Amino acid sequence: METAYLIETVIKIVTILLVFSALAGIGTYFERKVLAFMQRRLGPMNVGPYGIAQVAADGIKLFTKEDIVPTNVVGPIFKIAPVITAATAFMAAAAIPFLPSFEIGGYVVNPIVSDINVGILYVLAVMAVGFYGPLLGGMASANKYALLSAARGAAVFISYEVITGLSLLAPLMMVGSFSLIDLNNFQIEGYWMVVYQPVAMVLFLIAGFAETGRTPFHLVANDHEIIDGFGTEYSGMRWGLFFIGEYANMFFYAFLISILFFGGFGDGSVLGAFALLGKVSFFFFFFLWTRAAWPDVRPDQLMWLCWKVLMPLAVINIVITGFVMMF
Amino acid sequence: MSKLPSLEDFKDRNVVEGSAYYDVDQREAPTTGMEKFKQVVNRTFRFELFIGLWVVLREMIKFDIHTVSYPAEKLPIGPRYRAVHEMQRLWESGTERCIGCGLCEKICISDCIRMDTRIDENSRKEVTEYTINLGRCIFCGYCAEVCPELAIVHGGRYENVSEQRAHYTDFNDMLTPMDMAISGKVAEYPGFGAVTPHEDERIKTTPLAY
Ligand code: SF4
Ligand code: SF4
Repeated sequence: METAYLIETVIKIVTILLVFSALAGIGTYFERKVLAFMQRRLGPMNVGPYGIAQVAADGIKLFTKEDIVPTNVVGPIFKIAPVITAATAFMAAAAIPFLPSFEIGGYVVNPIVSDINVGILYVLAVMAVGFYGPLLGGMASANKYALLSAARGAAVFISYEVITGLSLLAPLMMVGSFSLIDLNNFQIEGYWMVVYQPVAMVLFLIAGFAETGRTPFHLVANDHEIIDGFGTEYSGMRWGLFFIGEYANMFFYAFLISILFFGGFGDGSVLGAFALLGKVSFFFFFFLWTRAAWPDVRPDQLMWLCWKVLMPLAVINIVITGFVMMF
Repeated sequence: MSKLPSLEDFKDRNVVEGSAYYDVDQREAPTTGMEKFKQVVNRTFRFELFIGLWVVLREMIKFDIHTVSYPAEKLPIGPRYRAVHEMQRLWESGTERCIGCGLCEKICISDCIRMDTRIDENSRKEVTEYTINLGRCIFCGYCAEVCPELAIVHGGRYENVSEQRAHYTDFNDMLTPMDMAISGKVAEYPGFGAVTPHEDERIKTTPLAY
Protein backbone atom coordinates (compact mmCIF):
# COMPACT_ATOMS: atom_id res chain seq x y z
CA MET A 1 0.00 0.00 0.00
CA GLU A 2 1.27 3.41 -0.90
CA THR A 3 2.18 5.81 1.85
CA ALA A 4 0.45 8.64 0.02
CA TYR A 5 -2.78 6.67 -0.05
CA LEU A 6 -2.50 5.93 3.64
CA ILE A 7 -1.90 9.53 4.53
CA GLU A 8 -4.74 10.66 2.31
CA THR A 9 -7.14 8.23 3.93
CA VAL A 10 -6.16 9.25 7.44
CA ILE A 11 -6.61 12.90 6.54
CA LYS A 12 -10.04 12.15 5.10
CA ILE A 13 -11.10 10.23 8.16
CA VAL A 14 -9.97 12.95 10.52
CA THR A 15 -11.66 15.60 8.40
CA ILE A 16 -14.94 13.71 8.36
CA LEU A 17 -14.77 13.14 12.10
CA LEU A 18 -14.05 16.77 12.85
CA VAL A 19 -16.47 18.23 10.34
CA PHE A 20 -19.39 16.09 11.37
CA SER A 21 -18.75 16.40 15.10
CA ALA A 22 -18.75 20.15 14.62
CA LEU A 23 -21.79 19.94 12.38
CA ALA A 24 -23.61 18.02 15.09
CA GLY A 25 -23.04 20.99 17.36
CA ILE A 26 -24.04 23.55 14.77
CA GLY A 27 -26.96 21.31 13.86
CA THR A 28 -28.35 21.73 17.36
CA TYR A 29 -28.11 25.47 16.97
CA PHE A 30 -30.06 25.36 13.75
CA GLU A 31 -32.52 22.93 15.20
CA ARG A 32 -33.27 25.27 18.06
CA LYS A 33 -33.50 28.29 15.82
CA VAL A 34 -35.72 26.62 13.25
CA LEU A 35 -38.01 25.14 15.87
CA ALA A 36 -38.14 28.48 17.63
CA PHE A 37 -39.03 30.42 14.50
CA MET A 38 -41.70 27.93 13.59
CA GLN A 39 -43.18 28.35 17.05
CA ARG A 40 -42.85 32.15 16.92
CA ARG A 41 -40.02 32.23 19.38
CA LEU A 42 -36.52 33.59 19.07
CA GLY A 43 -34.50 30.64 20.30
CA PRO A 44 -31.07 31.11 21.84
CA MET A 45 -30.17 34.81 21.73
CA ASN A 46 -27.87 35.62 24.60
CA VAL A 47 -24.55 33.88 23.98
CA GLY A 48 -22.79 35.64 21.16
CA PRO A 49 -24.52 37.48 18.33
CA TYR A 50 -27.90 35.85 17.73
CA GLY A 51 -26.89 33.14 20.18
CA ILE A 52 -24.43 31.58 17.77
CA ALA A 53 -21.93 30.87 20.55
CA GLN A 54 -24.54 28.80 22.36
CA VAL A 55 -22.97 25.80 20.64
CA ALA A 56 -19.67 26.51 22.36
CA ALA A 57 -21.38 27.01 25.69
CA ASP A 58 -23.19 23.69 25.35
CA GLY A 59 -19.98 21.98 24.33
CA ILE A 60 -18.11 23.31 27.35
CA LYS A 61 -20.95 22.19 29.55
CA LEU A 62 -20.98 18.69 28.09
CA PHE A 63 -17.22 18.27 28.34
CA THR A 64 -16.83 19.55 31.87
CA LYS A 65 -19.84 17.91 33.42
CA GLU A 66 -19.22 15.28 36.04
CA ASP A 67 -19.09 11.80 34.57
CA ILE A 68 -21.58 9.76 36.54
CA VAL A 69 -21.77 6.00 36.35
CA PRO A 70 -24.71 5.16 38.59
CA THR A 71 -24.63 2.24 41.01
CA ASN A 72 -26.23 -1.00 39.79
CA VAL A 73 -25.47 -0.36 36.15
CA VAL A 74 -23.48 -2.90 34.21
CA GLY A 75 -20.36 -0.80 34.07
CA PRO A 76 -18.47 -1.85 30.93
CA ILE A 77 -21.59 -2.08 28.78
CA PHE A 78 -22.95 1.16 30.14
CA LYS A 79 -19.69 2.83 29.18
CA ILE A 80 -19.31 1.30 25.74
CA ALA A 81 -22.90 1.94 24.57
CA PRO A 82 -22.56 5.63 23.62
CA VAL A 83 -19.31 4.86 21.85
CA ILE A 84 -21.11 2.29 19.72
CA THR A 85 -23.69 4.83 18.63
CA ALA A 86 -21.17 7.49 17.70
CA ALA A 87 -18.61 5.13 16.22
CA THR A 88 -21.02 3.27 13.97
CA ALA A 89 -22.50 6.52 12.75
CA PHE A 90 -19.06 7.65 11.63
CA MET A 91 -18.04 4.25 10.33
CA ALA A 92 -21.07 4.27 8.10
CA ALA A 93 -19.76 7.49 6.60
CA ALA A 94 -16.76 5.67 5.14
CA ALA A 95 -18.62 4.69 1.98
CA ILE A 96 -20.50 7.93 1.44
CA PRO A 97 -19.12 10.28 -1.21
CA PHE A 98 -19.50 13.69 0.36
CA LEU A 99 -18.45 15.68 -2.67
CA PRO A 100 -17.42 14.91 -6.23
CA SER A 101 -13.71 14.29 -6.69
CA PHE A 102 -11.62 17.42 -7.16
CA GLU A 103 -8.00 18.32 -7.80
CA ILE A 104 -5.61 20.06 -5.47
CA GLY A 105 -2.34 20.91 -7.19
CA GLY A 106 -2.61 18.08 -9.67
CA TYR A 107 -3.50 15.56 -6.99
CA VAL A 108 -6.97 14.05 -7.44
CA VAL A 109 -8.89 13.78 -4.19
CA ASN A 110 -11.92 11.56 -3.90
CA PRO A 111 -13.92 12.82 -0.92
CA ILE A 112 -14.93 9.30 0.01
CA VAL A 113 -12.91 7.23 2.44
CA SER A 114 -13.36 4.03 0.51
CA ASP A 115 -15.42 3.42 -2.62
CA ILE A 116 -16.19 -0.21 -1.84
CA ASN A 117 -18.36 -2.08 -4.29
CA VAL A 118 -20.98 -2.91 -1.66
CA GLY A 119 -21.17 0.73 -0.56
CA ILE A 120 -24.82 1.17 0.28
CA LEU A 121 -25.06 -2.28 1.81
CA TYR A 122 -22.12 -1.45 4.05
CA VAL A 123 -23.60 1.90 5.07
CA LEU A 124 -26.94 0.42 5.98
CA ALA A 125 -25.39 -2.53 7.79
CA VAL A 126 -23.14 -0.37 9.92
CA MET A 127 -25.94 2.07 10.65
CA ALA A 128 -28.01 -0.91 11.75
CA VAL A 129 -25.28 -1.99 14.14
CA GLY A 130 -25.63 1.45 15.67
CA PHE A 131 -28.84 0.40 17.28
CA TYR A 132 -26.81 -1.63 19.78
CA GLY A 133 -25.98 1.71 21.36
CA PRO A 134 -29.49 2.53 22.57
CA LEU A 135 -30.28 -1.12 23.21
CA LEU A 136 -27.24 -1.89 25.36
CA GLY A 137 -27.35 1.55 26.98
CA GLY A 138 -30.95 1.02 28.00
CA MET A 139 -30.42 -2.52 29.18
CA ALA A 140 -27.31 -1.72 31.21
CA SER A 141 -28.78 1.36 32.86
CA ALA A 142 -30.67 -0.40 35.66
CA ASN A 143 -33.59 1.87 34.96
CA LYS A 144 -37.06 0.65 34.05
CA TYR A 145 -37.81 3.50 31.72
CA ALA A 146 -34.49 3.19 29.96
CA LEU A 147 -35.12 -0.51 29.52
CA LEU A 148 -38.62 0.03 28.16
CA SER A 149 -37.39 2.66 25.77
CA ALA A 150 -34.55 0.41 24.63
CA ALA A 151 -37.02 -2.38 23.95
CA ARG A 152 -39.27 -0.06 22.02
CA GLY A 153 -36.32 1.35 20.15
CA ALA A 154 -35.09 -2.11 19.25
CA ALA A 155 -38.50 -3.08 17.89
CA VAL A 156 -38.65 0.07 15.79
CA PHE A 157 -35.14 -0.23 14.44
CA ILE A 158 -35.47 -3.85 13.46
CA SER A 159 -38.82 -3.29 11.78
CA TYR A 160 -37.63 -0.32 9.83
CA GLU A 161 -34.42 -2.04 8.77
CA VAL A 162 -36.76 -4.17 6.70
CA ILE A 163 -38.32 -1.13 5.09
CA THR A 164 -34.96 0.48 4.38
CA GLY A 165 -33.67 -2.65 2.73
CA LEU A 166 -36.77 -3.41 0.71
CA SER A 167 -37.27 0.17 -0.43
CA LEU A 168 -33.70 0.35 -1.70
CA LEU A 169 -33.95 -2.93 -3.51
CA ALA A 170 -35.92 -1.49 -6.41
CA PRO A 171 -33.47 1.35 -7.22
CA LEU A 172 -30.56 -1.02 -6.77
CA MET A 173 -32.15 -3.42 -9.22
CA MET A 174 -32.29 -0.63 -11.77
CA VAL A 175 -28.70 0.46 -11.26
CA GLY A 176 -27.20 -2.95 -10.75
CA SER A 177 -24.53 -1.78 -8.34
CA PHE A 178 -24.19 -1.18 -4.62
CA SER A 179 -21.58 1.53 -4.95
CA LEU A 180 -22.88 4.98 -4.11
CA ILE A 181 -20.70 6.45 -6.83
CA ASP A 182 -22.35 4.20 -9.40
CA LEU A 183 -25.75 5.07 -8.01
CA ASN A 184 -24.87 8.72 -8.38
CA ASN A 185 -23.52 8.33 -11.90
CA PHE A 186 -26.60 6.44 -12.99
CA GLN A 187 -28.58 9.63 -12.51
CA ILE A 188 -26.33 11.77 -14.70
CA GLU A 189 -27.69 10.52 -18.00
CA GLY A 190 -31.28 9.86 -17.04
CA TYR A 191 -33.52 11.61 -14.60
CA TRP A 192 -33.15 11.61 -10.84
CA MET A 193 -33.97 8.30 -9.27
CA VAL A 194 -36.98 9.84 -7.55
CA VAL A 195 -38.67 10.08 -10.94
CA TYR A 196 -38.38 6.35 -11.50
CA GLN A 197 -38.89 5.31 -7.90
CA PRO A 198 -41.06 7.84 -6.04
CA VAL A 199 -42.54 5.17 -3.79
CA ALA A 200 -39.12 3.88 -2.82
CA MET A 201 -38.07 7.45 -2.04
CA VAL A 202 -41.01 8.03 0.29
CA LEU A 203 -40.47 4.68 1.99
CA PHE A 204 -36.77 5.32 2.43
CA LEU A 205 -37.46 8.75 3.86
CA ILE A 206 -39.99 7.39 6.33
CA ALA A 207 -37.60 4.63 7.34
CA GLY A 208 -34.92 7.27 7.75
CA PHE A 209 -37.00 9.02 10.37
CA ALA A 210 -37.37 5.76 12.25
CA GLU A 211 -33.70 4.87 12.01
CA THR A 212 -32.49 8.22 13.21
CA GLY A 213 -35.22 8.33 15.83
CA ARG A 214 -36.45 11.73 14.73
CA THR A 215 -39.74 13.19 15.65
CA PRO A 216 -42.66 11.49 14.11
CA PHE A 217 -40.98 8.30 15.29
CA HIS A 218 -39.19 9.69 18.30
CA LEU A 219 -39.85 6.61 20.37
CA VAL A 220 -36.38 5.86 21.63
CA ALA A 221 -36.57 8.83 23.94
CA ASN A 222 -39.69 9.03 26.03
CA ASP A 223 -40.74 12.61 25.69
CA HIS A 224 -44.13 11.74 27.08
CA GLU A 225 -42.51 10.38 30.25
CA ILE A 226 -40.44 13.59 30.46
CA ILE A 227 -37.24 11.58 30.48
CA ASP A 228 -34.74 10.83 27.79
CA GLY A 229 -35.51 7.16 27.24
CA PHE A 230 -32.44 4.98 27.03
CA GLY A 231 -30.27 7.99 27.79
CA THR A 232 -31.93 8.72 31.14
CA GLU A 233 -28.97 7.62 33.25
CA TYR A 234 -26.36 9.20 31.01
CA SER A 235 -24.78 12.56 31.61
CA GLY A 236 -21.95 14.69 30.37
CA MET A 237 -19.94 13.53 27.43
CA ARG A 238 -21.38 10.02 27.41
CA TRP A 239 -24.75 11.50 26.67
CA GLY A 240 -23.00 13.84 24.29
CA LEU A 241 -21.76 10.87 22.27
CA PHE A 242 -25.30 9.59 21.84
CA PHE A 243 -26.18 13.05 20.74
CA ILE A 244 -23.36 13.37 18.23
CA GLY A 245 -24.27 9.94 16.91
CA GLU A 246 -27.88 10.97 16.38
CA TYR A 247 -26.97 14.15 14.57
CA ALA A 248 -24.25 12.53 12.51
CA ASN A 249 -26.79 9.92 11.49
CA MET A 250 -29.18 12.65 10.44
CA PHE A 251 -26.52 14.21 8.25
CA PHE A 252 -25.50 10.90 6.74
CA TYR A 253 -29.10 10.03 6.03
CA ALA A 254 -29.52 13.37 4.35
CA PHE A 255 -26.47 12.56 2.22
CA LEU A 256 -27.76 9.09 1.41
CA ILE A 257 -31.16 10.22 0.30
CA SER A 258 -29.72 13.07 -1.76
CA ILE A 259 -27.29 10.73 -3.50
CA LEU A 260 -29.68 7.84 -3.96
CA PHE A 261 -32.78 9.64 -5.12
CA PHE A 262 -32.01 13.26 -5.89
CA GLY A 263 -29.13 13.14 -8.27
CA GLY A 264 -26.31 13.38 -5.76
CA PHE A 265 -23.50 15.59 -7.02
CA GLY A 266 -24.52 15.10 -10.63
CA ASP A 267 -21.66 15.10 -13.11
CA GLY A 268 -19.17 16.20 -10.49
CA SER A 269 -18.85 19.85 -11.43
CA VAL A 270 -18.54 22.56 -8.80
CA LEU A 271 -22.19 23.33 -9.38
CA GLY A 272 -23.04 19.70 -8.69
CA ALA A 273 -21.09 19.80 -5.45
CA PHE A 274 -23.01 22.83 -4.26
CA ALA A 275 -26.24 21.24 -5.42
CA LEU A 276 -25.45 18.21 -3.26
CA LEU A 277 -24.79 20.39 -0.24
CA GLY A 278 -28.01 22.25 -0.94
CA LYS A 279 -29.99 19.02 -1.09
CA VAL A 280 -28.39 17.76 2.09
CA SER A 281 -29.20 21.02 3.84
CA PHE A 282 -32.77 20.74 2.68
CA PHE A 283 -33.16 17.24 4.05
CA PHE A 284 -31.54 18.23 7.31
CA PHE A 285 -33.98 21.12 7.46
CA PHE A 286 -36.75 18.68 6.68
CA PHE A 287 -35.83 16.66 9.78
CA LEU A 288 -36.23 19.81 11.87
CA TRP A 289 -39.28 20.96 10.02
CA THR A 290 -41.24 17.78 10.69
CA ARG A 291 -40.26 18.01 14.30
CA ALA A 292 -42.05 21.32 14.54
CA ALA A 293 -45.06 20.17 12.55
CA TRP A 294 -45.90 16.60 13.34
CA PRO A 295 -46.83 14.80 16.52
CA ASP A 296 -45.21 11.58 17.60
CA VAL A 297 -47.00 8.37 16.78
CA ARG A 298 -47.62 5.61 19.26
CA PRO A 299 -45.39 2.52 19.14
CA ASP A 300 -48.26 0.28 18.06
CA GLN A 301 -49.17 2.71 15.29
CA LEU A 302 -45.57 2.66 14.20
CA MET A 303 -45.54 -1.12 14.02
CA TRP A 304 -48.83 -1.07 12.20
CA LEU A 305 -47.46 1.41 9.71
CA CYS A 306 -44.33 -0.63 9.19
CA TRP A 307 -45.75 -4.10 8.77
CA LYS A 308 -49.17 -3.45 7.32
CA VAL A 309 -48.56 -0.49 5.06
CA LEU A 310 -44.95 0.18 4.25
CA MET A 311 -43.70 -3.36 3.86
CA PRO A 312 -46.45 -4.47 1.45
CA LEU A 313 -45.91 -1.26 -0.50
CA ALA A 314 -42.20 -1.90 -0.70
CA VAL A 315 -42.74 -5.45 -1.89
CA ILE A 316 -45.29 -4.36 -4.50
CA ASN A 317 -42.84 -1.70 -5.62
CA ILE A 318 -40.12 -4.31 -6.09
CA VAL A 319 -42.44 -6.62 -8.00
CA ILE A 320 -43.60 -3.87 -10.33
CA THR A 321 -40.03 -2.68 -10.89
CA GLY A 322 -39.06 -6.25 -11.69
CA PHE A 323 -41.83 -6.65 -14.21
CA VAL A 324 -41.05 -3.36 -15.89
CA MET A 325 -37.38 -4.24 -16.14
CA MET A 326 -38.16 -7.68 -17.50
CA PHE A 327 -40.35 -6.53 -20.37
CA MET B 1 -75.08 29.24 16.88
CA SER B 2 -76.48 32.42 15.38
CA LYS B 3 -75.12 35.10 17.69
CA LEU B 4 -71.84 35.12 19.52
CA PRO B 5 -72.24 33.75 23.03
CA SER B 6 -71.97 36.37 25.74
CA LEU B 7 -70.02 36.06 28.94
CA GLU B 8 -73.22 35.13 30.72
CA ASP B 9 -73.69 32.22 28.35
CA PHE B 10 -70.25 30.96 29.17
CA LYS B 11 -70.90 31.22 32.87
CA ASP B 12 -73.68 28.72 32.49
CA ARG B 13 -71.73 25.50 32.79
CA ASN B 14 -74.80 23.38 32.21
CA VAL B 15 -73.83 21.95 28.85
CA VAL B 16 -77.00 21.29 26.88
CA GLU B 17 -78.08 21.70 23.29
CA GLY B 18 -77.73 25.34 22.31
CA SER B 19 -75.52 26.45 25.17
CA ALA B 20 -72.26 28.25 24.61
CA TYR B 21 -70.34 25.02 25.02
CA TYR B 22 -70.40 22.43 22.32
CA ASP B 23 -68.52 19.25 21.59
CA VAL B 24 -65.50 19.57 19.38
CA ASP B 25 -65.51 17.75 16.10
CA GLN B 26 -65.70 14.16 17.24
CA ARG B 27 -65.97 11.57 14.55
CA GLU B 28 -66.91 7.99 14.93
CA ALA B 29 -63.83 5.80 14.96
CA PRO B 30 -63.95 3.30 12.11
CA THR B 31 -64.75 -0.20 13.23
CA THR B 32 -64.74 -2.47 10.23
CA GLY B 33 -61.60 -3.21 8.29
CA MET B 34 -62.89 -1.56 5.16
CA GLU B 35 -63.69 1.68 6.99
CA LYS B 36 -60.23 1.72 8.53
CA PHE B 37 -58.68 1.17 5.15
CA LYS B 38 -60.71 4.00 3.68
CA GLN B 39 -59.63 6.31 6.47
CA VAL B 40 -55.98 5.55 5.86
CA VAL B 41 -56.28 6.09 2.13
CA ASN B 42 -58.21 9.27 2.72
CA ARG B 43 -55.63 10.66 5.08
CA THR B 44 -52.76 9.67 2.85
CA PHE B 45 -54.04 11.22 -0.31
CA ARG B 46 -55.51 14.34 1.16
CA PHE B 47 -51.91 15.07 2.24
CA GLU B 48 -52.97 16.14 5.70
CA LEU B 49 -49.38 15.95 6.84
CA PHE B 50 -48.39 18.66 4.40
CA ILE B 51 -50.94 21.06 5.83
CA GLY B 52 -49.10 20.85 9.13
CA LEU B 53 -45.80 21.39 7.38
CA TRP B 54 -47.15 24.40 5.56
CA VAL B 55 -48.53 25.98 8.70
CA VAL B 56 -45.21 25.93 10.54
CA LEU B 57 -43.31 27.05 7.46
CA ARG B 58 -45.70 29.94 7.01
CA GLU B 59 -45.14 31.01 10.60
CA MET B 60 -41.41 30.85 10.05
CA ILE B 61 -41.58 32.99 6.93
CA LYS B 62 -43.93 35.50 8.49
CA PHE B 63 -41.40 35.80 11.31
CA ASP B 64 -43.99 37.19 13.66
CA ILE B 65 -41.98 36.61 16.81
CA HIS B 66 -43.77 36.79 20.12
CA THR B 67 -40.79 36.38 22.39
CA VAL B 68 -40.35 38.91 25.16
CA SER B 69 -36.65 38.91 25.96
CA TYR B 70 -37.43 39.07 29.62
CA PRO B 71 -34.76 40.74 31.61
CA ALA B 72 -34.35 43.32 28.86
CA GLU B 73 -38.04 43.86 28.16
CA LYS B 74 -40.92 43.32 30.49
CA LEU B 75 -44.59 42.93 29.94
CA PRO B 76 -46.72 45.51 31.71
CA ILE B 77 -48.55 44.19 34.73
CA GLY B 78 -51.97 45.18 35.92
CA PRO B 79 -52.15 48.24 38.16
CA ARG B 80 -53.80 46.23 40.89
CA TYR B 81 -51.08 43.63 40.95
CA ARG B 82 -49.88 43.00 44.48
CA ALA B 83 -46.11 42.98 44.51
CA VAL B 84 -43.59 44.58 46.86
CA HIS B 85 -45.13 47.35 48.93
CA GLU B 86 -44.46 51.01 48.50
CA MET B 87 -44.52 53.47 51.32
CA GLN B 88 -45.88 56.76 50.04
CA ARG B 89 -44.97 60.29 51.01
CA LEU B 90 -47.12 63.36 51.03
CA TRP B 91 -46.82 65.65 48.08
CA GLU B 92 -44.50 68.61 48.28
CA SER B 93 -43.74 68.40 51.99
CA GLY B 94 -42.45 64.90 51.59
CA THR B 95 -43.56 63.81 55.03
CA GLU B 96 -44.16 60.14 55.33
CA ARG B 97 -47.82 59.45 55.12
CA CYS B 98 -47.79 56.75 57.71
CA ILE B 99 -49.29 58.03 60.94
CA GLY B 100 -48.27 55.03 62.94
CA CYS B 101 -51.79 53.85 63.60
CA GLY B 102 -50.65 50.25 63.62
CA LEU B 103 -53.60 48.88 61.72
CA CYS B 104 -51.46 47.20 59.14
CA GLU B 105 -49.37 45.54 61.80
CA LYS B 106 -52.51 44.29 63.43
CA ILE B 107 -54.18 42.96 60.35
CA CYS B 108 -51.22 41.33 58.71
CA ILE B 109 -52.04 37.67 58.66
CA SER B 110 -48.53 36.45 58.35
CA ASP B 111 -47.37 38.74 61.09
CA CYS B 112 -44.59 40.22 59.09
CA ILE B 113 -45.07 43.93 59.73
CA ARG B 114 -43.24 45.21 62.75
CA MET B 115 -43.35 48.84 63.83
CA ASP B 116 -42.44 51.05 66.72
CA THR B 117 -43.68 54.54 67.52
CA ARG B 118 -43.02 57.27 69.99
CA ILE B 119 -44.45 60.62 70.92
CA ASP B 120 -42.19 63.32 69.57
CA GLU B 121 -41.44 66.82 70.86
CA ASN B 122 -44.60 68.27 69.34
CA SER B 123 -46.72 65.58 70.96
CA ARG B 124 -47.26 63.92 67.64
CA LYS B 125 -46.93 60.25 67.02
CA GLU B 126 -43.83 59.41 65.09
CA VAL B 127 -42.91 56.12 63.47
CA THR B 128 -39.44 55.11 64.52
CA GLU B 129 -39.25 51.61 63.14
CA TYR B 130 -41.18 50.11 60.30
CA THR B 131 -40.24 46.85 58.66
CA ILE B 132 -42.03 44.38 56.46
CA ASN B 133 -40.47 40.96 56.31
CA LEU B 134 -41.05 40.29 52.65
CA GLY B 135 -39.70 36.80 53.06
CA ARG B 136 -42.83 35.99 55.01
CA CYS B 137 -45.32 38.31 53.39
CA ILE B 138 -47.91 36.48 51.35
CA PHE B 139 -48.88 39.62 49.44
CA CYS B 140 -52.49 39.35 50.48
CA GLY B 141 -52.96 43.10 50.32
CA TYR B 142 -54.74 43.46 53.66
CA CYS B 143 -52.24 46.01 54.90
CA ALA B 144 -52.80 48.21 51.87
CA GLU B 145 -56.53 47.78 52.16
CA VAL B 146 -56.70 48.74 55.80
CA CYS B 147 -54.35 51.71 55.75
CA PRO B 148 -56.40 54.87 56.41
CA GLU B 149 -53.77 57.19 54.98
CA LEU B 150 -52.99 55.40 51.68
CA ALA B 151 -49.51 55.23 53.12
CA ILE B 152 -48.80 51.65 52.29
CA VAL B 153 -49.74 50.38 48.86
CA HIS B 154 -48.69 47.52 46.67
CA GLY B 155 -46.28 48.35 43.89
CA GLY B 156 -45.40 46.53 40.72
CA ARG B 157 -41.90 45.41 41.61
CA TYR B 158 -42.26 41.64 41.42
CA GLU B 159 -38.63 40.59 41.18
CA ASN B 160 -37.34 39.93 44.64
CA VAL B 161 -34.13 38.12 45.11
CA SER B 162 -31.54 38.47 47.77
CA GLU B 163 -28.71 36.62 49.36
CA GLN B 164 -29.86 37.51 52.83
CA ARG B 165 -33.17 37.52 54.53
CA ALA B 166 -32.36 40.81 56.17
CA HIS B 167 -32.58 42.47 52.80
CA TYR B 168 -36.21 41.54 52.58
CA THR B 169 -37.11 43.93 55.32
CA ASP B 170 -35.52 47.11 54.11
CA PHE B 171 -37.95 49.90 54.69
CA ASN B 172 -35.96 52.47 52.73
CA ASP B 173 -36.26 50.32 49.67
CA MET B 174 -39.99 50.68 49.75
CA LEU B 175 -40.11 54.31 50.70
CA THR B 176 -40.74 56.76 47.92
CA PRO B 177 -37.54 58.78 47.47
CA MET B 178 -37.63 62.24 49.01
CA ASP B 179 -36.62 64.13 45.90
CA MET B 180 -39.54 62.65 44.02
CA ALA B 181 -41.93 63.80 46.68
CA ILE B 182 -40.56 67.32 46.82
CA SER B 183 -40.57 67.75 43.07
CA GLY B 184 -44.14 66.53 43.08
CA LYS B 185 -43.45 63.42 41.08
CA VAL B 186 -45.10 61.01 43.46
CA ALA B 187 -47.34 58.92 41.34
CA GLU B 188 -50.68 58.70 43.03
CA TYR B 189 -50.85 55.02 43.04
CA PRO B 190 -53.65 53.38 41.05
CA GLY B 191 -52.88 49.98 42.45
CA PHE B 192 -53.90 47.95 45.41
CA GLY B 193 -54.69 50.05 48.46
CA ALA B 194 -55.29 53.21 46.46
CA VAL B 195 -58.55 55.00 46.05
CA THR B 196 -60.50 53.68 43.10
CA PRO B 197 -61.35 56.25 40.42
CA HIS B 198 -65.10 56.28 41.01
CA GLU B 199 -64.80 56.54 44.78
CA ASP B 200 -66.69 59.85 44.92
CA GLU B 201 -69.87 58.35 43.53
CA ARG B 202 -69.77 55.56 46.03
CA ILE B 203 -69.59 57.81 49.07
CA LYS B 204 -72.82 57.77 51.03
CA THR B 205 -73.84 60.44 53.47
CA THR B 206 -73.74 59.27 57.01
CA PRO B 207 -77.20 59.20 58.45
CA LEU B 208 -76.99 61.39 61.53
CA ALA B 209 -80.24 60.38 63.06
CA TYR B 210 -79.12 57.23 64.79
S1 SF4 C 1 -49.59 41.97 52.09
FE1 SF4 C 1 -50.57 40.76 53.66
S2 SF4 C 1 -48.95 39.49 54.46
FE2 SF4 C 1 -47.94 41.11 53.32
S3 SF4 C 1 -47.50 42.68 54.82
FE3 SF4 C 1 -49.49 43.18 53.93
S4 SF4 C 1 -50.97 42.19 55.31
FE4 SF4 C 1 -48.98 41.29 55.73
S1 SF4 D 1 -52.03 51.27 58.41
FE1 SF4 D 1 -51.00 52.84 57.15
S2 SF4 D 1 -50.91 54.58 58.48
FE2 SF4 D 1 -51.36 52.86 59.80
S3 SF4 D 1 -49.36 52.15 60.49
FE3 SF4 D 1 -49.82 51.00 58.69
S4 SF4 D 1 -48.91 52.13 57.02
FE4 SF4 D 1 -48.98 53.50 58.78
